[in-house]
Amino acid sequence: MTRPAVKASELALSYDGPAVLDGVDFSLDPGSSLCVLGPNGGGKTTLFRALIGELTPLHGSVAVDRRPAYVAQTERTRLDFPVSALDVALMGSLADGRWWLPARRRDRDSAGAALRRVGLGDQAHVRFGELSGGQRQRVLLARALVQDAAVLLLDEPLAGVDPASADRIAALFAELRNEGRTLLVSTHDVESARAFDRVLCLNHRQVAFGEPSAALTRTVLEQTYGDEIVVIEDDAAGGGVRAVTVQHHSHSH
Amino acid sequence: MDLFDALLDPWRSGIERRALIEMALLGGFCGGLGFWVTTFRLSYPAESLAHGMLPGLVIAALAGVPLLLGGVAGVLVAATAIGLAGRDPRVGSDTATAVAVTGMLGLGGLLALAPDAPARLEELLFGNLLAISDSELLAAALLAALGGFALVALHRPLSAVALDPQGASSLGIQPTAVTLALLGMLAAALAVAVQGLGSLLVLAVLVAPAMAVRRHATSPAQGMSAAALTAIVAGIAGVYASDALDIAAGASVALALCLAALVGSALPARQAGRNGGALLRSRASQ
Repeated sequence: MTRPAVKASELALSYDGPAVLDGVDFSLDPGSSLCVLGPNGGGKTTLFRALIGELTPLHGSVAVDRRPAYVAQTERTRLDFPVSALDVALMGSLADGRWWLPARRRDRDSAGAALRRVGLGDQAHVRFGELSGGQRQRVLLARALVQDAAVLLLDEPLAGVDPASADRIAALFAELRNEGRTLLVSTHDVESARAFDRVLCLNHRQVAFGEPSAALTRTVLEQTYGDEIVVIEDDAAGGGVRAVTVQHHSHSH
Repeated sequence: MDLFDALLDPWRSGIERRALIEMALLGGFCGGLGFWVTTFRLSYPAESLAHGMLPGLVIAALAGVPLLLGGVAGVLVAATAIGLAGRDPRVGSDTATAVAVTGMLGLGGLLALAPDAPARLEELLFGNLLAISDSELLAAALLAALGGFALVALHRPLSAVALDPQGASSLGIQPTAVTLALLGMLAAALAVAVQGLGSLLVLAVLVAPAMAVRRHATSPAQGMSAAALTAIVAGIAGVYASDALDIAAGASVALALCLAALVGSALPARQAGRNGGALLRSRASQ
């Protein structure tokens, strides 16, 4: 039996207080993809923080195959910090634990190759904060590539991203899965969840987990999003529902 | 020749030579450290610690023990007082810090102005670069050497945390540990630098050079180096000005550092770094 890439068991999480996310219980095989859906403050980022080890479970447990890479929303990065795209990609080599030593030539080569892979080879020396939102997202993906993690956590990677970057990122997701990497992607876009192997719906608790076609029912979406669902219509062809949420991309826990 | 002579003159006096060397050592480390203090938005906590350490300095002066010991104890007590005050959720941490720091300053003043206390309050508040002893110079040299080494070693983790703390976590870098290391360096810098610049003026050497270079840095390493160089040059210029104009050395240095901050901030920032920045970076990486 394959060892799961990510496994959460009866997981409850809190920030020095009562649980903000409870009853999370799922398992992912290596090379699979998971879409994490939920409203702002519903627990998506909280779950990711537990997966990278920043939060200790209130109860239950979480296990990840090696240390996962985390790709933040680029608005949460310091855009006035003087680093180039190459510098940021090169930070991925810190995962080897040699943080007190300068980066090696092979680390630089690896960072350059990662930037070329995300289509930013010619922007390597441009300041990170001067890139577009989509380009910055791709630089953070390049950092994850240099880190060479088996599991990647991506926090709303397509929010506010230009179409060219979105296409490049989607193609990269497919390549990464073909390489056997496991992707966990949080998003507000309910429709995009259908392209994933599994979907996890969170709203302070686990509302549903499973294949999108089975999990994304009207009841589940209503329990997940509450008032944020503004359009739900039957989709006769797909046998499920189509939903659009009203979103504001501000901070979510 | 007159200008050359004027430039060499302070180096001929042992007192001023020590002041110049002290400023070069302090500027080299504190300038570089200041780049991270401002990046991590720790200027206000740094100011609070600097002012809050006054009672420790006064007690050391009264007891006749080295000011460095008083400085270290003062920083620890101030950090504890500020930390405890900030824990009360009914008061904002800014307000609690302000009250705690004012209380510490008041306590320091009370002790220093007692009838039988030696008249050293002015020196503790504003520093006395011209009274730097050999042991204080040695402390500054050790700070510059060990602190400089720590800054170089921590440069990559500091960058990763500054850009994106959660991303750094996933790379195995603990943001809390990195921030604590930075605060540790800050405490050491304050404890040593306060001897020359005083509790009220010491912050200038930490924050002003970083402000001067903030908008012009193309990389963290360049920002650190430029801030260190600015601190050294402005600090030494301040000592020269004090000599030439016969004004207080600590205040003169602090004003020179703040003038550098103003000039640096007023200079136009370089254009988007696609060309100049790229050239600098590619040279740096060779």
